[in-house]
Formats: sequence, structure tokens, C-alpha cells
Amino acid sequence: MLKLVVVNLFRNPLRTVLTMASVTVALFLFCALGGILDTLQDSIKVGSESRLVVRNKISLVQWLPMAYRQRIEAVPGVKRVALQNWFGGQDPADPKGFFAQFAVDDPYYVVYGPDIDIVQASDAVAPAAVPEGADPKLAAYYAEQTACVIGEKLMAKKGWKLGQTITIAGTIFPGSWPFTIRAVYRAKKKSFGDETMFFHYKYLNEKGLGGFGAVGTYVLELNEPSQASSIIHAIDSQFENAAPATLTETEQAFTAGFVSMYGNVPFVLRVIGLAIVFSILLIAANTMMTSIRERTGEYGVLKTLGFTDGAVFAMVVTEAAVITLGGGLLGALGAKLVVEGASFPGGFFPAMSIYWGTVLTGIAIAVVIGAVSGLVPAVQASRLRIVDALRRVE
Amino acid sequence: MATVDVRDVVKVYRRQTEEVRVLDSLSLKIPDGAFVALMGPSGSGKTTLLNLIGGVDQPTSGDVSVDGTNIARMGGSALARWRSSSIGYIFQLYNLIPVLTAQENVELPLLLVSMSGSERKKRAKTALELVGLGDRVGHYPRQLSGGQEQRVAIARAIVSDPKVLLADEPTGDLDRKSAEEVLQLLERLNREFKKTIVMVTHDPHAAERATTRYHLDKGVLSN
Repeated sequence: MLKLVVVNLFRNPLRTVLTMASVTVALFLFCALGGILDTLQDSIKVGSESRLVVRNKISLVQWLPMAYRQRIEAVPGVKRVALQNWFGGQDPADPKGFFAQFAVDDPYYVVYGPDIDIVQASDAVAPAAVPEGADPKLAAYYAEQTACVIGEKLMAKKGWKLGQTITIAGTIFPGSWPFTIRAVYRAKKKSFGDETMFFHYKYLNEKGLGGFGAVGTYVLELNEPSQASSIIHAIDSQFENAAPATLTETEQAFTAGFVSMYGNVPFVLRVIGLAIVFSILLIAANTMMTSIRERTGEYGVLKTLGFTDGAVFAMVVTEAAVITLGGGLLGALGAKLVVEGASFPGGFFPAMSIYWGTVLTGIAIAVVIGAVSGLVPAVQASRLRIVDALRRVE
Repeated sequence: MATVDVRDVVKVYRRQTEEVRVLDSLSLKIPDGAFVALMGPSGSGKTTLLNLIGGVDQPTSGDVSVDGTNIARMGGSALARWRSSSIGYIFQLYNLIPVLTAQENVELPLLLVSMSGSERKKRAKTALELVGLGDRVGHYPRQLSGGQEQRVAIARAIVSDPKVLLADEPTGDLDRKSAEEVLQLLERLNREFKKTIVMVTHDPHAAERATTRYHLDKGVLSN
């Protein structure tokens, strides 16, 4: 019986291949769109529950004074304070190839030490003080104000080499900014991403902020993560009546809030994904019905030979399922292979991920498409009266 | 004992509001091992009667027994199983599956019984040899002549060794030489293998080969 299904699949190979290809493309898109949602979800996981982020209460784009640092450090339970500022520059050689750049201070590499490995580093030409807890390989970086640390994927993408001097054009901080690549990092957690550039805050402060000391966000390492809520309360109440007031939250909540800036985009993506799947369902159903209609006489013959209605039903549904499941597997697994690891559109978030759950959902959808698209023609074929079917042949 | 026993069969088709009485209280007994020809003008009900005997269609009223089994009220699945083991059907236009080889076409009825693949192949080859096509097992229908296609169809009809063969104008689409070969084959199946054959035909020459001839007109049977 399976042989008959296989033979029927190859009866019109072009039609089978095109139908399978349409399901493949649909499921590829569905999983790729799902991958964007997964990546947004992943980016939330970048954040740690044991780290806190302090930002301006009004908005993320508003500064905090450098003077807050000491007062935050003095809050009981705060082990270490680092700071980071969004730079927002462009590579003049590739202005559309966006990637994230952050100006960070020295303790930053101690706070984020558990999340990254330094895989390449220049030798230090002059002795430099490496903060305790930071990777000693960063010595050359610490010794040079214009040095930077870059993710290895971004290095590969841009074709940059260790020791190379690159120039970034500032958008928020206008001007031409030369940097020397002194270290390359690899993220230990995929969600951290390998496509970000870090450089010295003091470089930004002197050249871009005129020594004003404005800070984008403070990142706090805690002695005891379980004390997070009391520390949050202590910091925010300390600056409650100050200008500006602060908003402190766990790093995970901070990144989740950042993701929420995408607003209804995830919803729109879901709707687009479902619309694609639904349109393919109609195409697959139409193809199956055409295919079955062409074979009405043959089903009449098979029934005359003794094939039951159930056997005919099973053959048609199986045929539809093989086409859609084949296409679904190709599309969903293809998306996992091709899209995963690619840069997220916009460059801020970590590299694209597609969860296995999304792949399995895609495959399950392919099975449902197969069942639904095969159902109507299968019912028609199984209910077909032999005399009516044979009349169409004669 | 009659192999085929048709009793007071009425068959009415409904076309929208119109009722067409195709068979009208028809009775017919066909003894075991007979070779019967059913003749009559188009629309006289020949194929309908053949379909009722073959369990392909069911009567509006009356009974149809084949080899002691009353199939007039049998359910769909049971009827399908009965057809697979009890009836061999030969169509005017052969109705082979174009994407299957001669051997695979002949194997089709055997897919419905529990049998190993090698046994299925062996039986199909035997059936094809019986109809003189042992050297055409791997040919597709498009690679065969009309007469050869019909002989493959006959091999398919006899492969599960049914007692009754039903042939609906088996020579209607063939040239004289091929028609003669098919008729000789049917005669042989009747004589040597004791198959009961009911053949619908318009061709008096073909009907002469049968041992019994019936004439059907407006749903009424006469000798």
C-alpha cells in the first residue's frame, strides 16, 4: 500500500516538488520569524538575576551623573559597580552593517568575566594594572586608552585582525573615532552574543563627553543575589527626590524591558507566520484535490478490486502528509541550520536562535497542514461510489 | 447449485426528480462453471446487472447471492473484502494503473491479503505467464498494446483465484485479432480453470463463445 503512495507521489514529480517546495518555504519563513521571537526571548536571558542595572527613571536615553557611583557603591550588599554607555557609531566602510558598541569602565570585565572568554589578546608593551578578577590577557587593552575588545564573530564578519586600528564614525558623539583592537572575546553563553564592541569609558568621556561624566547605566554585582529586592529599594529610595531619579531592576528585567520596546512586533510576526502557513494550507489542499480528482477513476478501480474506503482514505492522507511533512522538515530544519547564528536584524541583540520547540512546532504545523489538506480529498475519494468513479473513466 | 442467484432485483436510479427503473424484478440463475453472455442495447441495464453481481453496486430491492453469500445488504467494508476474494473484474478500457508495471498491477489485489512480497510476486508472475505475458512483467501499460493491456487486466482479475469473473465488454476496445486472443483466454479460463464468467458484450461474435446468452432490454431479461 505504501508503494502505491510512493508511486503516486512521483506520478507528477514537478507538482510534488513544487508543492513540497511551497511548504518548505512557508515553514522556513515560519521558523525564521519564530527565530526572531526566540532571539528576543534569548536576549532576556542575557540578563542575570544576580546583577542589577541602574538607569535614569525617565528614560533609558537620559543620563545618570557619575557622582551617583560612589553612593551606589556604598549601598550594603553591592559588591562591585561597573558602567556602560551606548555609543551608537558606524563603520564608515559599511554604514548599514550595524553592530553594538559600548563604552565601559575597568570593572566591567570583572562583572562580566563569567560570561566571556578572551580568546585573542595583544601583548602588553607597557605594564598596566589589570583589575583584580579581570582576565590578565586584557593587559594591553588596559594600557591603551583607544583600545577595544571585539566579539570574534564580528571580527570574522568585518575581516578585522588583532592589533588593527579601525575607525568608527560617531552618530551620538560626532567625529571620527580611531580604535585599536587589543583583544577578542568569545561569549560563554550564546545569548551574550559575539558581535559587540567594548572600549574605554574614559576615552568616550574625554573625547565625546568633555569630561562631563554622564553615565548610561550602572551595572551592579551583588554579594548576595537574594538581597536584590532590598538593594533595589535602597538605591531607588536614595535617589527618589534627586534629579535625576533612578530606576533599578535586575538585569533580566532590564533586558526584558528593552525587548518590550519592540511593542507589537512579536504579535505581528506571529500573525504573518500564521498567514503564511494558512495560505500554504490552501495551496496544498488545492493541489491534493486536483491530484485526487485526476485519479478518481483509479480509486474506483482500486475499490472494485477490494480496497476499502478506509484504505483509500489512508492512502490519500498519507500522500498529503508525506508531501507536507517532507516540506516541513526541510523548511524547519533548514531554518534552524541557516538562520541560527546569523546576525539579528538591527545588530543589538545576540545572534539569531531558533529553539527546538519552534522547529518542532513548525514540523507539527506541517503535519497538520498535511492532515487538513489531505482530509477533504481523502473523504471525497473514500466516499466515492465505484459506479460513479468508473463512469468518469469509461 | 447456482453460483450466481439474482432474485427479483429492482434497481432504480434517481436523476434529480426523475426516477429511472433500470432493472425491473429481474431474476437470473447462473450455474457453477457457466460462461454467460449478457447482450442488449445501450442503457438496457447490462452493466448495472454486472455491477450488482460483482457487489460494486447494490439493488434497490431484491437479493443477489454469489456462491451462497447474499451480498445485497452487505456493508461497504465487508463487501470490499468479499470482492477482493470472490470476484475478478475485467473492464472494457482495462483500467490498469499507468504508473505501475504489469507485474505491480497484477499484484494489487494481493496487497489486500496477508502474503509475503516474494509470494505475491511469484503469484503475479504465474498469472501473467498464464495470459501469455511472462516476458512483459516489467512493462508499463503505455508500453503494451491494447490486447496486452487487457490480458494484464485478466491476469489481475484471476490472480487471487476468484470463482467468478465479470467482464464488461472486454473486447469492446480491441481489434479483431486481440479480441480473439482475449476471448480464447476467457474460454480457457472457463474450461480449464472452471471459472464462472459473466460477460457483457455488444458483439454477437463474442457472445457466441459463451455457453449461455441472455438478452436484456429495458431492464427485462430474455434468452
